Amino acid sequence: MDWNSIWHFIFGRLTMQAFVHDPIMAGAGIMEIVALVVAIGLVTYLKKWRYLWKNWFTSLDPKKIGIMYFIVAAVMLLRGGIDALMIKAQQSTATADAFLSPDHFQQIFSAHGTIMIFFVAMAMIFAMFNLLVPPQIGSRDVAFPLLNSISFWLFAAGMVIVNAPLIVGEFSNAGWLAYPPLSELQYNPGTGVDYWIWALQIAGIGSLLSGINFFTTILKMRTKGMKMMKMPIFVWSVLGTTSLIMAVFPILTVTLALLALDRTLGTNFFTSYNGGNPMMYVNLIWAWGHPEVYILVLPAFGAFSEIVATFSRKKLFGYTSMVWALIAITFLSFTVWLHHFFTMGAGADVNTVFGIMTMIIAIPTGVKVFNWIFTMYRGRVRFTTPMLWFMGFVVTFAIGGSTGVMLSVPPANFQFHNSLFLVAHFHNMIIGGVLFGVFAAITYWWPKFTGFYLNEKIGRYAFIFWLSGFVLAFAPLYILGFMGAVRRLDHYDPSLGWQGLFIVSGVGVLLIGIGVALQIFQVIVSVLQRKKNPAPADAWDGRTLEWSMSSPPKEYNFAVLPEVTTRDAFWEQKLAMKRHAPEPVKYQDIRLPKPSFIGPLIGGLSMVFGMAVVWHVIWAILVSLVAIIVVLMVRLLRDHDEQVISAAKVEKMEAAL
Amino acid sequence: MGKIERLLSKGARKSWRVFEPLWHFLSKIFGHRAVVVIFSVLIGLFVISLTSWAAYGRAVPVLDPHGLMAFKERDLIFLTVILSAIVVIPVFILLFIVAWRYRSSNTKAKYEPEYGGDIKLELLWWGIPFLIILILGIVTVIATHALDPFKPIDSDVPPVKIQVVSLEWKWLFIYPDDSIASVNVMNIPINTPIDLYITADSPMNTFWIPALAGQIYSMNGMTTQLHIESSDIGTYPGYSTNISGAGYSDMKFDVNVQSKRDYNKWLSKVHTSPLVLSDGYYDDNLSHPKTSEQMLFKLGDSLLFDKIVNKYMNNIDTVSAQNTEGI
Repeated sequence: MDWNSIWHFIFGRLTMQAFVHDPIMAGAGIMEIVALVVAIGLVTYLKKWRYLWKNWFTSLDPKKIGIMYFIVAAVMLLRGGIDALMIKAQQSTATADAFLSPDHFQQIFSAHGTIMIFFVAMAMIFAMFNLLVPPQIGSRDVAFPLLNSISFWLFAAGMVIVNAPLIVGEFSNAGWLAYPPLSELQYNPGTGVDYWIWALQIAGIGSLLSGINFFTTILKMRTKGMKMMKMPIFVWSVLGTTSLIMAVFPILTVTLALLALDRTLGTNFFTSYNGGNPMMYVNLIWAWGHPEVYILVLPAFGAFSEIVATFSRKKLFGYTSMVWALIAITFLSFTVWLHHFFTMGAGADVNTVFGIMTMIIAIPTGVKVFNWIFTMYRGRVRFTTPMLWFMGFVVTFAIGGSTGVMLSVPPANFQFHNSLFLVAHFHNMIIGGVLFGVFAAITYWWPKFTGFYLNEKIGRYAFIFWLSGFVLAFAPLYILGFMGAVRRLDHYDPSLGWQGLFIVSGVGVLLIGIGVALQIFQVIVSVLQRKKNPAPADAWDGRTLEWSMSSPPKEYNFAVLPEVTTRDAFWEQKLAMKRHAPEPVKYQDIRLPKPSFIGPLIGGLSMVFGMAVVWHVIWAILVSLVAIIVVLMVRLLRDHDEQVISAAKVEKMEAAL
Repeated sequence: MGKIERLLSKGARKSWRVFEPLWHFLSKIFGHRAVVVIFSVLIGLFVISLTSWAAYGRAVPVLDPHGLMAFKERDLIFLTVILSAIVVIPVFILLFIVAWRYRSSNTKAKYEPEYGGDIKLELLWWGIPFLIILILGIVTVIATHALDPFKPIDSDVPPVKIQVVSLEWKWLFIYPDDSIASVNVMNIPINTPIDLYITADSPMNTFWIPALAGQIYSMNGMTTQLHIESSDIGTYPGYSTNISGAGYSDMKFDVNVQSKRDYNKWLSKVHTSPLVLSDGYYDDNLSHPKTSEQMLFKLGDSLLFDKIVNKYMNNIDTVSAQNTEGI
């Protein structure tokens, strides 16, 4: 046995060369390492490892898991945002010698899309699920607490894998959906696409498990009296989203698995020879990918519905309509995937059907917008920051909706497909819809989970910068689309006259960057001044059950589980309380799951598995896979670990409030 | 922590101090709300003027087309804009009027916290979008069939057949009936239907000439079609819109729409080209990943296109042994 084969056995195809990058990427890698070292050093210096492990990493409390999702999403938003800045810097200067090589540029936009969708938007909505669903349905926990922790740690493992190429190897250069044959071995023999596959595969399984968990939670864990049509509208939106997740994430899992088989075992599912069919991949990935858009946007719809009602001090207009609109969108979103590739040449009949199905989605979505506006009608509207995000959302979303209708007509789509018009459209929907919704939700529910308000003034400035930056960044892209500018170009002919608009768009991204900086500043200032801005339990004169918990909530959420008779249960409780004094409460023992190290362990093993497959380290693949199975079996054979909080203790904790 | 807090609040106060006097001065004259409006309008104007400055005087092929297909597609785009404006504009007006009228400081406005629905109103906004989508749906059925890229153009003039191959990273145009070929340039005669047959010997690309017609994919082992016609002499850029590797941004070509005389002259000029496009030349020089300038060929093998398509029907394994080792 020579040295080479020993090396090959231990490290697979990893070589020292994999650590060598061009200066810009090396800089990013060094930054990443420095950030890691600083974080680890800080925790060590403050002697917080035990605290973090016991109170956070192993916690099965959905509130803590939600906050961890949120923190990861915020960090990933910065990563994806830096990618966006680099894309803009390249395109603003790309008529001369641009500073990024085509391959590096392609890796950056692939990473930007992948990270923003999977590790920012998805993470944000899972943060919202974890924080809001149990309290809104009057529950103390989710249906499967340990599964919830495993979901988070699988997501975290995917996050590590997607960021690893900055340090070792390279990332996919095939776009955020990695169409074959470009993503096959024939054109992409390196580690890039493998990193992409396994980051998504592992995080995606986490998402699927989360979907199952919250679907079950909503169906089985609602408090006494909460019929389906009495659920808060946000919970309805989560029900829609989780049914979509359960239906379509398996498609993603299978599609990625088949692509991985092509790449590692030499099968021919999606190759363009030996009977493989790349267009099958395109169909499958969009059969997941289109519903994915609605997976992201439905919770934002739900959050806005709650926010508008609260800040108008009025019932949501047309609750039943809203629920049916949500259900309609949920079902319709399965029937439109082909509109992402009208240009494949499927024939006029097929294109017509998918075009019309796409337009039909505009109907329930339009209904929702009108209902939101009429929720303000005859209300008392307070224009706090969440409402500003709402106003910005309606305007940008309406524009995005109409460009969506333009895209849905197949012959018009032939002129828009893969142009910057399309890029502007989906950013309009994802930023104007999902992200604005998430920001509104963060500002709105922040006091509930921290006990203090976010600084309003800085929040407003952040909103102004976000909105004007957003318009400035994407309006030029619509125009560029009409000019024939194509997405993903690392350089273009200066005589086309596109540069001015690219620069304007770059300025817009800079303004968004200032908006993000202001949001970080807002959080810092608000934390430092938390004593000055304490929030009562019912911070905004809320309507749903979460506002009846203390702020921040105790780990058991409700000392006594609430009983519900109407929609807007807490609002009605408050009205009832004005009429007669509440009865004295009787406390009972509360059972909650004990912390478990299984989640981080499974996450860690999955990360090892993912990295081992990427680098073809066979022994590590086998070891980690067997370990995951053994850990799960050992855990499943044991009885539930529960801790009991005695009635006396609950009484004491409640009295201390 | 105390130190950081002091520093931060000091920074915030300092930057505010620059802006504050101006704000207060304006607020005193116009009132606080008016200043907010003025600033928003200024930001809006700034955005509009900056974008229009950057866009002014540039070619906008999608809206200013020079081909039959692109014309009809543009009209369709305008129609969809008008139809969606019927819903979107009332939404904007309603949004701001309702939000302003029912602001919490306006205590004169009616307040009905229990007003949670009105079946007539809701039917109205289920109904109006439904009607608009119904109209647009009918338009879609007609337009999608009329503008089907596979549908030949009705014309008395006999069409010119051109076979298009996307390569790494260039476009090959084969004129089988005239026995010539070209790379990254396609000359076509004016007012003549052009039948394009498109395939790929590369990762998937999208064939797009924005001024002449919408896009269609080029795929390995498959042939798609596009039928174009132009009545304007000129040069129009074409692109690939689907990422296909490192040289993707260079996958652009020129379409020269020429008068019949110029076109025939060009044909005979190409016939005298010293380069002959044969199987061997194709394999040695064109099928490799490399970007190329414009090139002109005499066609040595009239079945080249079919061979390229059929290549993917066979069990060829182009993956080198090196790539599959390790697992």
